[in-house]
Amino acid sequence: MEAMLQPVADLFGPAWPLVWTLVKIIAIIAPLMICVAYLTLAERKVIGYMQVRIGPNRVGPKGLLQPIADGVKLLLKEIVIPSGSSKGLFIVGPILALAPSLVAWAVVPFDDGLVLADVNAGLLFLLAVTSLEVYGVVVAGWASNSKYPFLGSMRAAAQMVSYEVSMGFALICVLLISASLNLSDIVVSQSSGRFADMGLGFLSWNWLPLLPMFVVYLISGIAETNRAPFDVVEGEAEVVAGHMVEYSGMTFALFFLAEYANMILVSILTSVLFLGGWLSPFGFLPDGFHWLALKTAAILFIFLWVRATFPRFRYDHIMRLGWKVFIPVTLVWVVVVAVWMMSPLSIWS
Amino acid sequence: MNFVVPDFYPAAAEIFVAIMALVVMLASTFARGVRWLAYALTQFTLIAAAFVTIYTLKGDVSYTFSNLFIGDLLGDLLKLLIYFSMAIALLYGRGYLADRNIDKPEYYVLALLMTLGMMVMVTANHMLPLYIGLEMMSLGLYAMVAFDRDSARSTEAGMKYFVLGALASGLLLYGMSMIYGATGSLEFSGIANAVYHQAANKTVLLFGIVFLMAGISFKLGVVPFHMWVPDVYQGAPSAVTLIIATAPKLAAFAMAVRLLIWGLFDVAEQWQSMLMFVAVLSIILGNLAAIAQTNLKRMLAYSGISHMGFMLLGLLSGVVEGDRHYALNAYSSAMFYAVSYVIMSLASFGMIILLSRAGFEADSIDDFKGLNKRSPWFAAMMMFVMFSMAGIPFFIGFFAKLSVLQAVVAAGYLWIAIIAVVMSVIGAFYYLRVVKVMYFDPPVDPAPIHAPAELRVLLSANGLAIAALGLAPQALMSVCAYALLASL
Amino acid sequence: MEFKTFVFYFLAVILVFAALRVITARNPVHAALYLVLAFFNASGIWLLLQAEFLAITLVMVYVGAVMVLFLFVVMMLDINLDRLRQGFWSYLPVGSLIGVLMAVEMAMVLGGRYFGLDAMPAPPDPQAGYSNTRELGRVLYTDYVYPFELASLVLLVAMVAAVALTLRKRKGTKYINPSEQVAVKREGRVELVKMPAEKD
Repeated sequence: MEAMLQPVADLFGPAWPLVWTLVKIIAIIAPLMICVAYLTLAERKVIGYMQVRIGPNRVGPKGLLQPIADGVKLLLKEIVIPSGSSKGLFIVGPILALAPSLVAWAVVPFDDGLVLADVNAGLLFLLAVTSLEVYGVVVAGWASNSKYPFLGSMRAAAQMVSYEVSMGFALICVLLISASLNLSDIVVSQSSGRFADMGLGFLSWNWLPLLPMFVVYLISGIAETNRAPFDVVEGEAEVVAGHMVEYSGMTFALFFLAEYANMILVSILTSVLFLGGWLSPFGFLPDGFHWLALKTAAILFIFLWVRATFPRFRYDHIMRLGWKVFIPVTLVWVVVVAVWMMSPLSIWS
Repeated sequence: MNFVVPDFYPAAAEIFVAIMALVVMLASTFARGVRWLAYALTQFTLIAAAFVTIYTLKGDVSYTFSNLFIGDLLGDLLKLLIYFSMAIALLYGRGYLADRNIDKPEYYVLALLMTLGMMVMVTANHMLPLYIGLEMMSLGLYAMVAFDRDSARSTEAGMKYFVLGALASGLLLYGMSMIYGATGSLEFSGIANAVYHQAANKTVLLFGIVFLMAGISFKLGVVPFHMWVPDVYQGAPSAVTLIIATAPKLAAFAMAVRLLIWGLFDVAEQWQSMLMFVAVLSIILGNLAAIAQTNLKRMLAYSGISHMGFMLLGLLSGVVEGDRHYALNAYSSAMFYAVSYVIMSLASFGMIILLSRAGFEADSIDDFKGLNKRSPWFAAMMMFVMFSMAGIPFFIGFFAKLSVLQAVVAAGYLWIAIIAVVMSVIGAFYYLRVVKVMYFDPPVDPAPIHAPAELRVLLSANGLAIAALGLAPQALMSVCAYALLASL
Repeated sequence: MEFKTFVFYFLAVILVFAALRVITARNPVHAALYLVLAFFNASGIWLLLQAEFLAITLVMVYVGAVMVLFLFVVMMLDINLDRLRQGFWSYLPVGSLIGVLMAVEMAMVLGGRYFGLDAMPAPPDPQAGYSNTRELGRVLYTDYVYPFELASLVLLVAMVAAVALTLRKRKGTKYINPSEQVAVKREGRVELVKMPAEKD
């Protein structure tokens, strides 16, 4: 690879590292955007079939061009900026919402060695970046200078900050047992163990010893992305569409992109942290990126399934679940894992 | 990685208080109905901590927690005094808090954690625990000042104290970082070493000391960082004022001693001249401003400013032109002053609490009118306190003033001694006014005093102690001198 | 100019600008957002110093949590700026005099003379495999375990204080407890009374 790219590198001279990084970024972002587009279609289709409907089927063969049509529609629509709004922040809001969900992809390992930035403190980086997502919502809600957006963004801020804590504790358990903050190392640490030696790799992944944390992380992930049944932020019966009420056209599309990009991010992180990333579930099958894609898709399906199944939580129940159930459970489990690791029964020696 | 488990023995008292604070918190959460539980457990903790401290008392200096903690006689003595004054302050304040319905268990949890903060301060051998102990103490105090949420004054006082206190902490931290920059060490012995070997950059060091001094001055409440003192003393519930005016002064004294004498003794000439400015201004301003007050708590606040100025007189006369001959004498006189001030302030604010009832604050000088008719015994006690604070012989306050003045004169600062004497004569006016009001004015409210028996007994003992220690001050003085001698 | 130097000045300029805007912005929400920007740039400068743990923690704790709650409060408050600015002009001469004096003093001390690279040499470049996070963790849990544990108690003090000061049962509020409403049984609300038929 290096040798093949050498002539191109000479062409750019000293700017080559920059250009090469940009190319890699585009190689991640472009497929991601396509995934986001087709996730919206998948969502409508999946929920459609669950409700014994067919879903979108008019644009293109079997409705496959529907997302493109939606995208074009949103692109061409006029962006209306309310006259009483804080103009600069009104535009910055959606950008702030989308940017962190893209930045986080920098440290996600797709395969052994296939990662944009192999940083030591990758998990910390992820925690920090995902904690920024709330700004888009808060800024948008305030800048709109209108009641529903404001209420929606207040709810979002409280909800996201609350669930971040339990997510953080779940991640602490993961880093305790893998003794590393580097995501690639975390995946590699899941490849060994008693079951992996027997050829049943999927039983050696983190989800089994950390089962409560796996569940907490998944549910917190749904809450963190403000998806149903935790979507009181935009609950149409109460605050119409929350922080997005005043947005139209491309600005609205950015929020939409951010939401789905976040879903994919949470799913891929769950796969990396708890489901062994690119590792294959059985010893006789080779590892590879396709396993990661498969696991991510499965978790995305759970997201959609949950949305089609559960009614929306009431707001105080959401806060109760976050603060009075998840945080105590995760706190206790951190101690349990730490004691387990130090005891003679430890399975991570 | 070779990690040696630190020796917990010297820090046994700190660990005990920390655990008990958590126990009190949990016990009062799960037994919400038992109102006396938090109070009783807190008093038990303070008494038991005193026993632990005495049991672990050692004549020599011991270090632990990788030299962050110093166990010496000075620290142990100050810790004992802190338990003692906290226990008395909580006992005095209990009825007052119950009358105002603010005797929540959280109050006692905060009081215990605050005590822990002060203990950490007096046993710090490093800037880090010193600062953390200071914050622990201050945070608890900020909250306690604002504890009476239904009173706008109390909330305002808490807010003021918090904002100014945060600013002072910032200044202190900045000074500490400068000193770290100059000496490359946060440990007091390391700083002293760097200063002694002239390895430290003098300009940067001085720059740091200026900020350090600002932080210390704020915590002691001396001019020009005194603005919070009157407002906070007046606004806080009297039971909290009682706490602010007592144990934290001892901790602030310890902070000044550890920073300046343990760490920066070799540049004493520099910080002494700064202290001189601060002390003289405090004595002048405190005494003059106190004359104009009609509110007793405010008057005592200004008098507290001048007392702290007097205490600093002892600290600033340790080294004369490189001669350290007088150091021990001067510093022990400052410590004696701090201790006797704490005893006097306990009694003076205790009297205010004694006269207060539900819905009535006895914080105006007029409320003391004709106290002699209502209760000759407590009028006499109040007279003892006022005489002692004014420095009238043979009360403890007189010997405190005498010993610092001796130190100042020995150091050759005659002019400071003259100012101090003149100012304490002026100051005697407002103390004696209280006495005059008690004995010669007719009472506004002739009702006899209602107070719990334990408050009456202890307050009487406190007043008598002021008189008794005045007759035999030598014991306390020599304890102070011995503690400093063993630790220096 | 080296690339690193360029990045440093880039971040530093934005940092100073943002910090200035924090105190000059008319709108408190804007001020809070500028503070977020300032934190971000400060964390970038820490990254340049290879203190990645501190940098990321700054973003995570201050930007991700503290400032969100801060914004939360600032947005809800209706702050009257004119009242806040009252007395600004009368205090300005004294304030600016002291400010300028302090700035001059600080400039005299804090210039490159005493803190330059010749006075305080930079630490040697870390070897391969050096992890800032690991080193900090090691020191925190061994040498500095005493202040570390005390810091947790300071946080406890803050927590107890916050709860004690704000948790109050206010009288006269029309608060409704939904779970009590939901848990209502028929027996609690309806009473069936047997009455003899009235005849007249």
